[in-house]
Order: sequence, then C-alpha cells, then structure tokens
Amino acid sequence: MEKDEVEKRKLTIVCRCEEVTLEDIEKAIEDGCTSLEMLRKKLRIGMGPCQGRTCIPIVVRILARKLGKHPDEIGYPKFRAPLVPLPIKLFEKAKEEEHES
Amino acid sequence: MIAVPGVDRRIYQHPILDFKWRGRKIKFYFEGKEVIGYEGESIAAALYANGIEIWSLSKKYNRPRGPFCMIGKCSSCFCTVDGRPNVRICIEPVKEGIHVQRQKGLPDIPTTWKTAEEEEILETDILIIGGGPAGLSAALKASEYDVNIILVDEHFKLGGQLKKQTHKFFGSKELFGGLRGFQIAEKLTEEIKKRKNIRVLTQTTAYGLFRGNWVGLASYNKLYRVKAKCIIVATGAHENYLAFPGNDLIGVMGAGGAQTLMNEYGILPGKNVVVVGSGNVGLIVSYQLLQAGANVKCIVEILPHIGGWFVHAAKVRRYGIPIYVKHTVKEAIGKERVEKVIITQVDEKFQPIPGTEKEIECDLLLLAVGLTPDIRFLAQAGCKMKWNSALGGFVALRTRYLETTVPGVFVAGDASKIEEATTAMIEGQIAALSAVIKIKGPIEKAVKEREELLKFLEEYRKSPVLRRTREGLKEVVIE
Repeated sequence: MEKDEVEKRKLTIVCRCEEVTLEDIEKAIEDGCTSLEMLRKKLRIGMGPCQGRTCIPIVVRILARKLGKHPDEIGYPKFRAPLVPLPIKLFEKAKEEEHES
Repeated sequence: MIAVPGVDRRIYQHPILDFKWRGRKIKFYFEGKEVIGYEGESIAAALYANGIEIWSLSKKYNRPRGPFCMIGKCSSCFCTVDGRPNVRICIEPVKEGIHVQRQKGLPDIPTTWKTAEEEEILETDILIIGGGPAGLSAALKASEYDVNIILVDEHFKLGGQLKKQTHKFFGSKELFGGLRGFQIAEKLTEEIKKRKNIRVLTQTTAYGLFRGNWVGLASYNKLYRVKAKCIIVATGAHENYLAFPGNDLIGVMGAGGAQTLMNEYGILPGKNVVVVGSGNVGLIVSYQLLQAGANVKCIVEILPHIGGWFVHAAKVRRYGIPIYVKHTVKEAIGKERVEKVIITQVDEKFQPIPGTEKEIECDLLLLAVGLTPDIRFLAQAGCKMKWNSALGGFVALRTRYLETTVPGVFVAGDASKIEEATTAMIEGQIAALSAVIKIKGPIEKAVKEREELLKFLEEYRKSPVLRRTREGLKEVVIE
C-alpha cells in the first residue's frame, strides 16, 4: 500500500512505536507466526523505544486466544540490558575498573 | 500548527487544587516559537496548556503523536531538546531558553552532544528502583535501620502516580487516612530529603542487573554503577491500550495521562469526554473531570456490570453521567484529532450488535481499561514470572516477604501486581524490612514490625472489593 494512502486511512494500531496494526498481527498469525518472538521478528512489534510496554499485553492476549493457549505458554519478550536506549557517549566515560562478582 | 493563539488550557479554579506552585514563568522554544511554561511543569504539560499537541510524527506512516501516557512509559512525546534526541518531554522539566523540536520519525543524527560526566561507582545496602508510593515508603522504612539507600526515579519529581491522586485516602493516620494522594507524595518526598542515609537520583533509569548484584544506572549525561546488597523493584505499572480503528488519533489517551495533566499540572485535557472502562480509574477520572470543569458525555463498559466500587459509581451517577454497560468503542473519528466516537452495544461474546451504534461528539477519549505491571527490570534480572489476569498480566513469583526468585531482589507495589497506593506503601515497607533482615540478620524489631504489616495487609485484603487480588496472589506467592 502507498504510504499516503495509509496515512489517510483509519488504522487500528496495536504497537504505537513501530505502527503495527491489528490487521498486521492477525495476518501474521494466519501466515504461521505462532509465537511472540516470531511476531516480533516479522513485524518489529514491541521493538520500538517503549519496548512493548503498550502493545505486548494486547499481543499476548491475541496469541493466547488465537492459538488456544494459556498466556504462560506465550510468555513475554526477552528483556536485555540496557533496558532503555542509552547514548553511547555515556559509555565513553565508563570507568575501567575490575569487580569481584 | 505551532502557535495556537488564544488557547489556554490551564485551570485557574478548582474545588480541591490550588495552583500556587505556578510561580516563575519560564520561556522556552518549540519549533523555534516562544512558549511560556511555569517552573515545575514538564515540557509536555506546558505545550499542551498552550494548545500545542502534536509532539512527534510517527516513523512509518507519519502520523501525529501527542499526549498518551504522560508518565514516561510510551514513546509518543519524543522530542529533540537542545540537540538531544529521543527525550520524553512528559518527564522532562521546562527550563529557560531550551529549544524543543518535534521529532519526525527518526531523529537527526546527534551533533551537539554535551560531554558526559565520568561514571560514578557506588556501593550501597539497598537500591530502590522507582520513587512512587512503594519506593518512597520502602526508602523511609529502611532508613530507620541504619542502612544506606539509593533511590532512583526516571521523573524529575518524586511521588510517582500519587502526584495525580486528588481523592482522600481511607484508613488510619499511619496510612495517611484523610490526606489526598498528592499531599502524601509531598509529605513522603519532604521526609526523604531529611534522611541523611538516602541518596536520591531523579531523572535516572536503572538499565539492568549484572553479575554480583551490580546495577547499571544512567542519567542523560552520566552513568552510575551500583553494587547493592539488596534491590527493591518498585517500577509501577503502565496503562493498557485498546485496539479499535482510530485509536492513535490525538485526543485518545490513557485515563492516567489525563489525570497527570489535570490533577498534577492543572491543565484541562479536554472539554467533552468519553471514558472507556468503568473500573475505579474510569469512575474516578470521570468525577475529577467534572471537578476540573469538563463535560463527561458517558462511560462505556463492555461487561454487563460496573467494574469499580459502588461508592465511586454512585458519585458519578449522582452527577448524571450515563454509564453504558455491554457497550464498547467501535471507532474514533477525526481529521487532525479525535472529533467523535462511535460506541456500540455488544452481545454475550463481546461482539458488536449491528444497528446499536451511537455517535458521540467529543474531543477526548480516555482509556481506563486496566494496568499492566512494569516487569522489565525483573524480567531482565531473571525473576520467574507467571501470568495472572487478576493481577494485571505477567508478575514475578515472590515469597510473602516479597523476595523474588532472584535472591536479594524484592518487588513492591504495582510492579508486583495491580492494586492501589495504600497497599503499595505497606508493601514498600515490608520489602524494606525484608531487605534489612537479609542484610543485618533477624533484628527483633524489624521482624516484629514486618509481621505486623503482613497481618495488617492480610486483614486489609479481606475486603470483598479486593477479592480478585487476594485470589490472584495465592497463585504467585511461593514458599
């Protein structure tokens, strides 16, 4: 679809950061995406700056319903450090110091 | 769309709030044009007050984005501030002379970085992540036991979502009964400042837990590396979103987002409002909108019954606000922003019944459809999680003393399950005492105090209105 056309259209947005629609998700599931990770890789859903705080709760419920699974089986995305995007400049001033762990 | 002449959304008269804090005027620039804010306002609040509500353009479809969560959780307010990209202007204070630029999709490549400061390496007994009711209470309780505490929060002001609570709390004096939420926030914050063993880092985020209980913290120009004996995660929750056509129009926002504007900053979020969800948040926000001078057109509830407490529903009903049960939003319509909403009746399976649509004109559509605990730090730390609908989604398994499956990592407040501020404050204290006991051994006073709090919490949760939480907790509290 042309970008202009989409802009004028009314969308049902699920992921506000990456602009993934309900339609996109339903189609991806129909096409065979059966996990959160697959949806993330296909659609970038939940991979924007808010890191899924808005969309993942909806996606988990959609997946659970469509696949007839319990949300525990769907799971949640893998969260890695840094949890938020950080400017690389900060790490330039990181101290080189060894720690006992 | 920059300057909106004559628009002033600030509230000047309110039955509960005064706006004496609006002291010094601050002049700053948005897209090169002058904007006047007040000291103590966030950039987002000041812009909205002046009728400026498009803060960024989305990167794929170029759609306008404006106020949505208002507490630093979503990404709708990303602006470039003095050359610094991706700034959440809802948790960034106005400052004299700053230049704020709308972010249009991806930001420009940064060229004007200020030099970062040298990283600071710290050791502490207890690190508390989140300065809302749970985190503040945890810090104060722990500080009574001669331990060192670091408290971090992403906002420029402590208090979390207590800051936007204008209703009086129930309960005894110890529980701040009779005080309003924002007054409790002020009281706790003042007390925190007096304690010499609490170091507060605002506008700082905890970006991860590393081996050996090292936690990385970052402010916009400085890193901190903290070795903490115990960590209390009190990161709160975020509001749920709802999928319907037009749901990303400006004017569709979280009920909590509207509360931030109206109750914390004294800015009217809209004039004609439709509220989705008749839980306590939906009911309370409706009443607060009336107090602020808005017109609440209706509350829409998909279930066949009102979700919130009778006392709140009765209040809203007295003011003649219709509550449509078995109804949902079909779509939001508008060009630049929301202009009207179509609601529809639903059947037993929550499917829209054709022919039952109603069109309602409004400039604000609030989503009060529940909250989800912010578990990111806990998940990254490796805490085991379990889904529980009654508790708001995935939550960390925890002992009754609020320790998660990662030793030394505790959880309190809404981050542990969706409940309310009073229990968050009690949980904060319990987590603090557990951390103290973990560090210093079973000090008699601490053990006794913790048992009393646990007992109190158990009694408190016997209330029929907290039944779902009580049942849900049985599933996630481990030995």
